[in-house]
Amino acid sequence: MTKKTYEEINEKIRAGEAVVVTAEEVISLVKERGTAETASYVDVVTTGTFGPMCSSGAFLNLGHPKPRMRMSKVLLNGVEAYAGIAAVDAYLGATQIPETDPANKSFPGHFNYGGGHVLEDLVAGKEVFLDAYSYGTDCYPRKTYQKTITLKDIPYAVLYNTRNAYQNYNVAVNLSDRTLYTYMGLLKPNLGNANYSTAGQLSPLFNDPCYRTLGLGTKIFLGGGVGYVSWFGTQHSPGAPRGENGVPLSPAGTLAVIGDLKQMSARWLRGVSFLGYGASLMVGIGIPIPILDEEMLKYTAVSDEEIFTPVVDYSEAYPQGTGEVLGRVSYAQLKSGQITLGEKAIPTAPLSSYAGARQIAGILKEWIQKGEFLLTKPAFNLPLTGEGVDYKGSVGGEIS
Amino acid sequence: MREKMVLYFPATVVEQPLTYSLIKDYNLMINILKANINPKMEGRIVAEISGEKKDFHAGLEFLQSRGVRVFPLEQEIVWVEERCTHCGACTVICPAGALVLERPEMIVRFKGDKCIICEHCITACPSRAMEVRY
Ligand code: SF4
Ligand code: SF4
Repeated sequence: MTKKTYEEINEKIRAGEAVVVTAEEVISLVKERGTAETASYVDVVTTGTFGPMCSSGAFLNLGHPKPRMRMSKVLLNGVEAYAGIAAVDAYLGATQIPETDPANKSFPGHFNYGGGHVLEDLVAGKEVFLDAYSYGTDCYPRKTYQKTITLKDIPYAVLYNTRNAYQNYNVAVNLSDRTLYTYMGLLKPNLGNANYSTAGQLSPLFNDPCYRTLGLGTKIFLGGGVGYVSWFGTQHSPGAPRGENGVPLSPAGTLAVIGDLKQMSARWLRGVSFLGYGASLMVGIGIPIPILDEEMLKYTAVSDEEIFTPVVDYSEAYPQGTGEVLGRVSYAQLKSGQITLGEKAIPTAPLSSYAGARQIAGILKEWIQKGEFLLTKPAFNLPLTGEGVDYKGSVGGEIS
Repeated sequence: MREKMVLYFPATVVEQPLTYSLIKDYNLMINILKANINPKMEGRIVAEISGEKKDFHAGLEFLQSRGVRVFPLEQEIVWVEERCTHCGACTVICPAGALVLERPEMIVRFKGDKCIICEHCITACPSRAMEVRY
């Protein structure tokens, strides 16, 4: 019986002796060698996901100009950052759009630039125009401040995402006779396409479905830098129905994550625009799963054939919150390029980059193999059913 | 020879079966990639025209003699690979099979020769990796 502690695994990582494989590689290893042998051989399994995650943004401390200022309105390249906190702090959210954006007034809106794009520009080292206003106080007399800045000029910048890495997500289809423009992309009428947005077998929360190693303080790959799980995410709903393998059959767990924006790269934080819907940010996240025992190994060996997700109509069931599900399909079916619903064959498309997820799992594997990245034991684990939270919303909720 | 051309039809000739004449009298193959008529009843057709060189030129002369303005298509769709995240969202949008997800690698490829310049991908690509260039 394999039993390993975090300390033992970290000892091996430091010595450069840890066996690290990705969540894809572990599947074939288990087929060759069985779970018992693979569990004793493998120390860490790395996972990855790279998809649009709307509940993302950054706390920025913009530094004090002279004379000092209590910024009450902050715009970065015309995109407002929430400044209802301390003097020069602001939170720039990924989906914020400029006041001048016509949004959906001319439908479908293009949303070419938003908060996610500002974040991408910042991490890419590009210049961003800061435009700040204040009502002026005795201690903070300055009323306006305009300056072209780069991330280097911002003293503190922390990415703080309140809902990322959704554990499972709806497949979106359209039963109506008009095209729909959604956060799940463009949905052609009469079941013209089916869009999904999870990396399946590579996705972090599918590889530790009951959160045995995930919680506050879990060290992760975030946007190209190092970050941490900082809480369970909003709408974390562990009580979703689960299969025998523990994997939820509908949207379930989510993560709140935090990390130093200055370490991140525009490769893994990418501003995106959804036609007729809005702006967002694609975020790259990778999580290492320590193989503490054979049970953990079994969890990480889950494959696309064993992960199922609901198909939901975005013309009626989703917007009206009816909770109606048209059927369930596996990620293997989704990835084949076509699913069948009743008699109808529907072409599928992902919104989350599987190629990106695979690369992230590979990068994290390398970091650990080189001894640069040690694992952390969470201060507390993400709550599982009956342990405090359970979101009572209907299926879904805006994508993490 | 085979060329992608843009044909502008004045309102007076929009209803004449000129493309039929090109096929019948000039032995040309016409693959219409895009066609629209504006509110002023002027037409614009983007077509791939192929046939013998002599027929090709004679056909175009015939069109011009009827008041149709003819230009080689200089617009093209480019895939900016550095911006592409290989998400795959475009692959169900492209009607021509020019944007495809290669399985099992799950990597997106752009096949420019299949592109019919419909421009659907330009706004459908979340990363704005598809561009029109003139
Ligand atoms: S939608 Fe855009 S980013 Fe996504 S694969 Fe297609 S071209 Fe690349
Ligand atoms: S313009 Fe875009 S969507 Fe249209 S055929 Fe070309 S690649 Fe496909």
